[in-house]
Amino acid sequence: MAAIGPALTFCVLLLPFMGALMAPWLVSRIGGARAAWLLALFPALAFLHFCGFLPEIARGEVRTGGYAWVPSLNLSFSWFVDGLSLAFALLITGIGTLIVIYSGAYMKGHPHQGRFLSFILLFMGAMLGLVVSDSFLMLFVYWELTSIASFLLIGFDHEREAARRAALQALIVTGAGGLSLLAGLVFLWNITGVTQFSLLVHMADGLRESPFYLATLLLVLGGAFTKSAQFPFHFWLPNAMEAPTPVSAYLHSATMVKAGVYLLMRLQPVMGDTPAWEILLPFFGGITLLVGVLLGLRQTDMKLILAYSTVASLGLLVMLTGFGSSHALEAAVLYLLAHSFFKGALFMAAGAVDHEAGSRDITRLSGLRHTMPLTFAAALLAALSMGGLPLFFGFLAKEEIYAALAAGNPRAVFFTALAVIGNALMFALAFATGLKPFIGARNRTAAPVHEAPPALLLGPLLLAFLGLACALFPGLSHTYLSSPMASAVAGQAVTIDITAIPHFRTPLALSLLTIALGVLVYWQLDRVRDVTTRALDALGEGPDRGFDHFVSGLVRAAVLVTRVVQPGRLHIYVAVTFVMLALTLLVPLFAFGELPAMPVWPKDMLIEEAAFLVIALIGIFAVLRARNRLTAIVSLGIQGFAVAVIFLLFGAPDLSFTQFMVETLSVVILALVMTKLQLTLSDHRPMREALLDATIATACGLGFTLLLLKALQMPFDRVLTDFFNTYSKAIAHGANVVNVIIVDFRGTDTLGEIAVVMITGLAVLALIRVRAGRRAT
Amino acid sequence: MNTLILRTVAPALTALMLLFSVFVLLRGHNEPGGGFIGGLIAASALAIYGIAFGVGAVRRALRFHPMAIAGAGLFLATLSGLLSILFGVPFMTGLWVYPRILGLEVPLATVISFDLGVYLVVLGSIVSIALALEQDSETEIPDAEVAQAPPLEQVPLRGKRRRRDRQPRETR
Repeated sequence: MAAIGPALTFCVLLLPFMGALMAPWLVSRIGGARAAWLLALFPALAFLHFCGFLPEIARGEVRTGGYAWVPSLNLSFSWFVDGLSLAFALLITGIGTLIVIYSGAYMKGHPHQGRFLSFILLFMGAMLGLVVSDSFLMLFVYWELTSIASFLLIGFDHEREAARRAALQALIVTGAGGLSLLAGLVFLWNITGVTQFSLLVHMADGLRESPFYLATLLLVLGGAFTKSAQFPFHFWLPNAMEAPTPVSAYLHSATMVKAGVYLLMRLQPVMGDTPAWEILLPFFGGITLLVGVLLGLRQTDMKLILAYSTVASLGLLVMLTGFGSSHALEAAVLYLLAHSFFKGALFMAAGAVDHEAGSRDITRLSGLRHTMPLTFAAALLAALSMGGLPLFFGFLAKEEIYAALAAGNPRAVFFTALAVIGNALMFALAFATGLKPFIGARNRTAAPVHEAPPALLLGPLLLAFLGLACALFPGLSHTYLSSPMASAVAGQAVTIDITAIPHFRTPLALSLLTIALGVLVYWQLDRVRDVTTRALDALGEGPDRGFDHFVSGLVRAAVLVTRVVQPGRLHIYVAVTFVMLALTLLVPLFAFGELPAMPVWPKDMLIEEAAFLVIALIGIFAVLRARNRLTAIVSLGIQGFAVAVIFLLFGAPDLSFTQFMVETLSVVILALVMTKLQLTLSDHRPMREALLDATIATACGLGFTLLLLKALQMPFDRVLTDFFNTYSKAIAHGANVVNVIIVDFRGTDTLGEIAVVMITGLAVLALIRVRAGRRAT
Repeated sequence: MNTLILRTVAPALTALMLLFSVFVLLRGHNEPGGGFIGGLIAASALAIYGIAFGVGAVRRALRFHPMAIAGAGLFLATLSGLLSILFGVPFMTGLWVYPRILGLEVPLATVISFDLGVYLVVLGSIVSIALALEQDSETEIPDAEVAQAPPLEQVPLRGKRRRRDRQPRETR
């Protein structure tokens, strides 16, 4: 068992991806609804596998495993399962199973249901990999994969512009955060020298004292805050509600958006407990909590209300993670678990209502309790948990929050007040979605409404009951889930022992205050909505508009830059290229004082050498004086041939040979190009332009001359010459050293070069074709 | 280009240059020469033929598109490099065999096939560029029409006759 354990876990990590591959095929074969039940087996199996870890993890052990990936870079594909990873893994696979079943019914009859299920499973695999990753790089790869899966799912309904915009927005925001995270992880690696989270724990002290601690923290927060929709990056999450409801329930409330919180919790034992951590996290978390609930109040769409309350919940979680006491961490853990249950259930219930009643507007829906009693039960149970009423998991979390925050000092009082306001408003939001559409008079205008089918009910009911069961059997849930998870987050053994029986102390008083406030807001919901709407409108544009401005600004800047660097005129391209060449040649020579000594005129120059030099000079002169282009091209050839002969005289036959052929062919091809491009026969440049070009040409020529002179004046290193002379015949069986180097010693270079030759040929061919085609039309 | 002298000389010149290019390619191992130069010489040979008789004639004589020849060359060169992997030596290591052919020991190596690949790539790429440029400059007629009207009517040379006779089979 010990031997197959790791291999089994590895296969389980691949399971969702296999499901993703099979989904489209299965759906096309046996239909969406049945395929969904079958596909749910993949996450269900993974769930069972991870359940097998529970006893071990509860004893405080960890499960590790993995394979070497790039051993030379110290990279591995390795996983590390402790309380935190396990809790997440169970949430992902457990809720994932329910979501797949739910999607089968929700997307029934959709032409792309197979694609949808495939994306969901792809995301599941990515998220599962993310939470069990031990290696930094593996975490990053999975992190980006979740962003991509989220992009695909938000933009699933790609024919609507709003969906496309939301998808792109989510991808850009989380993608930018991903880059920031990558930089942060590289910093972590460089500071500590380790690439695995499991080893990072031992490096905590060195990391906190490092001068780069703050930079690392900010970069990591950049990743976590964008992923977990913290203010001011919160705007993408409500827009992501363009996705079908199963996606909102799964990615954008229960799992993916918690990836940022996961990362913070994972790093808490290593990076936490510093002033920067305890200022930044509660501050941004607190703002996000307030912004989330306030923006949520003005909404009437059930999904949007839930989305904003998710933003608020994520803020609360970040605030608790950064608050800096082990009690607060316990509260964060409890709230995270409770939130996954009740928010997932509420989203699925909202989806069921939308599916059956055709609307999600709470001002239009009413009296659904008669027609959808089971949905109502699920929604109400979830809302009770979200509102934090006794006997529910949410209540435990809330008690723990107040117990942790109410420490007496001014900072604690401030955050307690924040939490009370946030929770009270969330209470109102909970009942606005979980109670309001179901009570009141029966809505007569809408089409006849039926109860949702079993597949749509299974998820919300099960999750809502879990929220109750976890609180009714606190011993069980604490031993197996919350205590090991809190221990992993705190970095030391922690036991949670809160129960659902109220104690008459400060936390209970605060809870009662919260509930009272919540009831008040709920009672006056319409009036509160008007007030917040008016207040928020007065504030003007939010970051969502800002994102649009940013994107359009980026596009304008790109157009501007393109217009500058790619004006479309060959003359400018060539000029820029040669100016850069001249600068590259001349600037280092002058800047480093590496100018060559004045060369001495050779005394024993042979008459034929001199003659060919003169011919080359005549060729160049002819180029300059040529009246039409053809003469110029041929004259250039004269100069080239003269140089080739000089090569020959100096004992470089191969070089000379090649030069001859290249010169011949360039004259031929240039002449052809000329006739093809139908250039004017002669040169019409104005004096000013011609002078400028002459200057550039002279500078290039001067640069090359100086460089070659310098090279000749350096002492000649014979190592390579001797090597090739010695081994050319002995190893490569060839007497022509030049050719042996080309085809044998440095054959791989040549392979690259001929590939370039061929690609250039293809490109030229394509350009000619494009031209010819354009002329034909 | 419609000069009788060029048209008379071109076939002989082209044949000679092609032969010479192969000679240069093979002798490159021990004397000046090699695939690059050989390929350039062969390309010039075909350029001369093209100037004398037009693009269509060259294309028909080549049978394959020059880019296909270049592609085959690149494939051959890569294969020559990959072959060494089968023998457990690093990529691009030269392999030598010495078979006896007609009682004569002939050293053969992957180096030679690699060089042949270089030759073909250089030949194919340059010829395809030259032909494409030439074609557009001499006529605006698309390929098919060029094929139907070869500019060789008046020249009673055997080689060309044959080529023209073969032409109807290749109408694409």
